[in-house]
Amino acid sequence: MTRVAIYGATSAIAQETAKCFAAEGASFLLVARDAAKLAAVAADLSVRGASAVETIAADLGDVSCHAELMRDAGIVLIAHGTLPDQKAIDPDPAAQVDAFSLNATSPISLAAHAAVMLERRRGGTLAVIGSVAGDRGRRSNYVYGSAKAALHAYCQGLRGRLRESGVNVLVIKPGWVDTPMTATMRKNPLFASAASVGRGICDAIRARRGVAYVPWFWKWISLIVRLLPERFVKF
Amino acid sequence: MRYESWGRWIPSEPARVIPLQWTSSIPRFDAESSVLAYGMGRSYGDVCLNNGSTLLDTRGLSRFRRLDDDGILECEAGATLEDILRLVVPRGWFVPVTPGTKFVTLGGCIANDVHGKNHHRAGTFGRYVRSFQLLRSDGSLVRCSRDENVELYRATIGGLGLTGLVVTVELQLRRIASPMMRVEQLPFHTIDEFESISRASDAYDYTVAWFDCFGGRAARGIFFRGNHEAEWSAAVPAAGPAASRRRFPVGLFAPFLVPLTVRAFNALYYHAQKKSAPRAVHYEPFFYPLDRLANWNALYGRHGFMQYQCVIPHEAGLEPVKAILDRTASSRRSSFLTVIKTFGDIESPGLLSFPRPGTTVCLDFAAGETSLLTMLEGFDDVVEEARGSVYPAKDSRMSPKRFRTFFPQWEQLAALADPKFSSTFWRRVTS
Repeated sequence: MTRVAIYGATSAIAQETAKCFAAEGASFLLVARDAAKLAAVAADLSVRGASAVETIAADLGDVSCHAELMRDAGIVLIAHGTLPDQKAIDPDPAAQVDAFSLNATSPISLAAHAAVMLERRRGGTLAVIGSVAGDRGRRSNYVYGSAKAALHAYCQGLRGRLRESGVNVLVIKPGWVDTPMTATMRKNPLFASAASVGRGICDAIRARRGVAYVPWFWKWISLIVRLLPERFVKF
Repeated sequence: MRYESWGRWIPSEPARVIPLQWTSSIPRFDAESSVLAYGMGRSYGDVCLNNGSTLLDTRGLSRFRRLDDDGILECEAGATLEDILRLVVPRGWFVPVTPGTKFVTLGGCIANDVHGKNHHRAGTFGRYVRSFQLLRSDGSLVRCSRDENVELYRATIGGLGLTGLVVTVELQLRRIASPMMRVEQLPFHTIDEFESISRASDAYDYTVAWFDCFGGRAARGIFFRGNHEAEWSAAVPAAGPAASRRRFPVGLFAPFLVPLTVRAFNALYYHAQKKSAPRAVHYEPFFYPLDRLANWNALYGRHGFMQYQCVIPHEAGLEPVKAILDRTASSRRSSFLTVIKTFGDIESPGLLSFPRPGTTVCLDFAAGETSLLTMLEGFDDVVEEARGSVYPAKDSRMSPKRFRTFFPQWEQLAALADPKFSSTFWRRVTS
């Protein structure tokens, strides 16, 4: 039975993705900071059909502990991250570096560890949550966006390396998702539910896709946003 | 995210909304002027509103905790019946009682002590709530069941969300052998006929009747009765036909809808449904025909609509029921779905539970006119005379005096209510 390792397992998108695999009887390794929240997610997945759930409470911002957090797994999902308030950190270089580190350095470190494990297995999928925000730098979220852009480029290269071992590297680029991360944002019709994004991620993992925009229409929105010449349009 | 009530007639104006995500870290709310849990917003009137104050959005609290071999499900109170059915039907379980939509949270089912088509056999939802954890504004988490904190247990069931925040629930499910129902439909033309069919239908777990108020002298209705299939038929999808979440283009059709379309709808509905020998039907269309249209409440247009549901005790006979239906018909007002059902005599543990032995009638009307309020006020007279009651979950207009007459236990609830919990409804009927 599939074993799924999820880093940032208490994020809304990770929980919804895990539900799809739980229904098929997958076993899980769940890693997140808060032990009580992890226990709630673990119980939920068990009721939904997970064959086994192991949890580890750890601060993923601390890359020195990443080696200990690795387990043998066929699917690895890296889902942790934080959306900083860009305006608030504009005058604060240290806070910018922290936010960049948590959204880029930390997932890249985990991906590097997972790559070794998956290479040894000669199969499986490494799925990483990126963002449409990483497709073009914008003043409203350029720290978050640049971190995601770094992650995208890293994964693109890693995909080339792991292809020889039969391992797929998937970058998921969600648009706006209605989750606690976006709780303070004003909602518009382009917002997707975490449940539909979770299902989209499962489908993309199964289809062994390289890059998946969820919902699909963000592929085209992103294309237009990237093509708008900066000379005329300053975001 | 919108925080309306289903009738959309009363404007919803919460000053603040606190989304809840984790049972282990519910933010303190003792600094708020008052709070009220808000789930799916499927109650029709103002029991789910807290205008000018704070709503606690419980939709993030929807995790399962345990499902054991005896069909006891423990989960967070924001889980909906849809979440639960999707999990348990493939395992041979069903919710013990369900209202006409599956898009309701457990917390809402408890707060309104909801009933369903099986009330005559199973009683209300509250009977199957083995226990729950109630968070009070002083920070205490109180476990309530038939054996622990019984007073709070009884006050919370049907307690309109006023006793605190229900955090987790232990629910007793019922066994089913198949997701299919064996359903039969019988046409009838008078309320007396309805009554005799209803009396002869005790062997059916689920009974309900739809009635066309426009019929006038040619009144007509259809009595539905059914049971869960006793055996699993192969190749039946547990999930049912694609649960469409189509949204209705509001405003586009609404102006033409009332009353012309309602009339056409009723005529069509009658002819589509009237003839039927017992046949197998999936549980989804049987229990939740309206869930297929995500926002059918928009059919009544921008001004919204009102539902009126009352119960007339058996002792009062059928005359009050006829009087209400006749007055509705002669008012030429549209009622999309007039529903009639005979309640049984199984008692609920709930203090302020609405159902009681008798006949319940449910009508809906496009909102907006004051003459409608006058007519419903007149219905209240009939109900009071018959010593019946009006359902708070659907109400947005009954007077404080009526409420106190229909629910003389209200003072007991007021005494047990959490001082920080309130609602637009509660302020209205206790003012």
